[in-house]
Amino acid sequence: MPNRLDQFNIVIKGVGGQGLITILQIIAEAALSEGHDVKTSELHGLSQRGGSVEVHIRFGKKIYSPLIAQGRADLIFGLEMQEALRGIYFASKKTNFLVNKQITPIPVGKPSSEKELLDIFKKYTKNVTLIPASDICREKLETDVVSGVYLLSLAVLKGLVPLKPNSILKAIKKIIPEKYLELNLKTFNLASKNA
Amino acid sequence: MEELLLDKPGGKIILLGNEAIVRGALEAGVNFVSTYPGTPASEIGNTFFKIAKKAGVYFEFSTNEKVALEAGIGASFSGLKTLVAMKNFGLNVCLDALLPFAYTGTKGPTVIIVADDPSCHSSAQSEENSRGFAYVSYIPFLEPSDPQECKDFTKLAFQISEKFKIPVIIRTTTRVAHQKAPVKLGEIFRYRNEVSGAGFIKDIKRFVTLPPRVLEMKEELLAKIEKIKEFSESSPINQLYRGQTSAKLGIITSGVSYLYVMEALQKLNLSLPVLKLGFFYPLPEKKIKNFIKPLKKVLIVEELEPFLEKETERLAKDVNCNLKVAGKELMSEVGELNPEIVTAAVAKFSNKKYKFQTPVLKLQVPKRLPVLCPGCPYWLVISAIKKTVDVNKVIFGGEIGCYMLFGNPPVNLQDYLFCMGSSVGIAHGIMKASSFAKATEDKRKLITFIGDSSFFHAGIPALINTVFNKSNPLLIILANQTTAMTGHQPHPGAPATPDGIKIEPIVRACGVKYVKTIDQINQEEFSNTIKEFLEKDEVSVIIATNPCKFVAKKKNA
Repeated sequence: MPNRLDQFNIVIKGVGGQGLITILQIIAEAALSEGHDVKTSELHGLSQRGGSVEVHIRFGKKIYSPLIAQGRADLIFGLEMQEALRGIYFASKKTNFLVNKQITPIPVGKPSSEKELLDIFKKYTKNVTLIPASDICREKLETDVVSGVYLLSLAVLKGLVPLKPNSILKAIKKIIPEKYLELNLKTFNLASKNA
Repeated sequence: MEELLLDKPGGKIILLGNEAIVRGALEAGVNFVSTYPGTPASEIGNTFFKIAKKAGVYFEFSTNEKVALEAGIGASFSGLKTLVAMKNFGLNVCLDALLPFAYTGTKGPTVIIVADDPSCHSSAQSEENSRGFAYVSYIPFLEPSDPQECKDFTKLAFQISEKFKIPVIIRTTTRVAHQKAPVKLGEIFRYRNEVSGAGFIKDIKRFVTLPPRVLEMKEELLAKIEKIKEFSESSPINQLYRGQTSAKLGIITSGVSYLYVMEALQKLNLSLPVLKLGFFYPLPEKKIKNFIKPLKKVLIVEELEPFLEKETERLAKDVNCNLKVAGKELMSEVGELNPEIVTAAVAKFSNKKYKFQTPVLKLQVPKRLPVLCPGCPYWLVISAIKKTVDVNKVIFGGEIGCYMLFGNPPVNLQDYLFCMGSSVGIAHGIMKASSFAKATEDKRKLITFIGDSSFFHAGIPALINTVFNKSNPLLIILANQTTAMTGHQPHPGAPATPDGIKIEPIVRACGVKYVKTIDQINQEEFSNTIKEFLEKDEVSVIIATNPCKFVAKKKNA
């Protein structure tokens, strides 16, 4: 555990409908299966409808708060680049960002380019890895609905999350409904090829 | 979901706070469950909707929260173990039935779940703190902080209700209801035969609140509360965590705030005594007095209004009149707490230096507000209106449901927004008041939006009022055939319940002459009807029937 309090803190940032809660469930199940204490926080209802969404997952020896404090995230998943940027609130110099190379336009304000967003990132942190998860999933699996699961699988396989890949695989089998299981297992396999 | 019914006492599964409440009710042997959906309480109903049959529980989505509670009261009077769930505003809706229920008390043990939403993540209207209703209703309030406590407190609430014959409220907040954590399971209560003692038995003295009996009932209620106060004094859910007492500092807290306090103490490497209150009402006053007696300063960590802070100040007068009570001076009354706010407050309170790691980000990315789904049938209503009327000259009434997003750009069709049913009630007042305006001004026109679920919930009396007292707003009933915003629950008019109740005959029976049921995909007919109805001197109604795309998807599946 990199955090000095024997905890690992993950923030996921994205847009409503990107399946953040599924990823949260997979990580939570995997952490529990490895004997960790787990707490998560999510939002439903109004806050979900295509707006900014943020979920927190914490695991370790003993977890009190379901919310991660400012600057205390170990890993931030960004399922969309602009949303990932908002995650800087939870980042310190040590925090890793794993960001989907994908921009979903915001109806107000001027649209941001990839370069502009990366430039802002660079002001705050060096640890940003941009992954074209949506593109890869669309190309190989014909849907980007699994790009979050792809990012998670990649992170675990690269050792960015202190959980065993096998625990994540088991958790996917437990959480994902039968109908979509094959697609998600393919996603995991695709990530292991690219890791 | 099936895991929730697992018969594995001692086993640990990950549950959402709301799911843990369901499990707690199952372990207590609940028979009857009613609710009206509302975030952050919705998953309680959604979960029961899925498992009720298998679990042998009666479950219903009621028309509104008042009806849900009334159904629950009937079940309780008939001896059933009853659970009623709602969000904070639902408690306002059912208050009329709630107060006498405290007076009569329960027969079958009854637990009411109320979920508050500090920071209004999923709520318009107000940042309501339901705790205040404890004082109005004399109903015990318990406040869990995590999913394990959600389960355990629900079970305990049934026991308290059974012992003292009084309804018990469990108050959660978003960060408790939507928190996931491992929960240690107990045993699900199984009925071997039918429920013993079920069935309504006449007992006038017990169930009829007619004066002068009602005042005797109040005296009995107050006596009950005194007994429950004693129970609260010795209850392990009011927990003392002993720290180093030499500092003469201590913290009193409850609910999710307790988790932030423990996090803060860990981070600051402090060891202060903490009194965590599981009972918000009635408070264990002796326990609090013993806790504050030796202290110089106490910090009260609670969200929203300073109820515990004021109670502590009051109790300190008896035992420690020099006690410094801190709370809202360090943490705002607006918005939810979080670990960083509480850590900063605890640090300041205990003169400990603490620096946040990163400067607050000045964000260059604009806010991404929630929007209607792509393909939402409401877009067709918006486009018809924008094509047909001068939106600057028409007043638009808003309500609670997906269509409250009409208030966000780029739609901007919302000139007031209150509670369910109110778009129609307020419309009537505005149209009546317009007769006071100067004759030189344009005649005011008003279109109010109301969802089908909201129409059944609280819209019908308001519509009748416009007919009875004669005003002429145009109502557009957005009949998308589901309660979409809270997660697509069925309602009385939804086809998910076979032969859903038709809206047009209700509107006609209310005395409305100008009614048309139109699928808004027929844009021309829709536009022409808006134009025609806006000229009427009486109230008019358009029922827009294009379904939510998630309902359409389910139907076609």
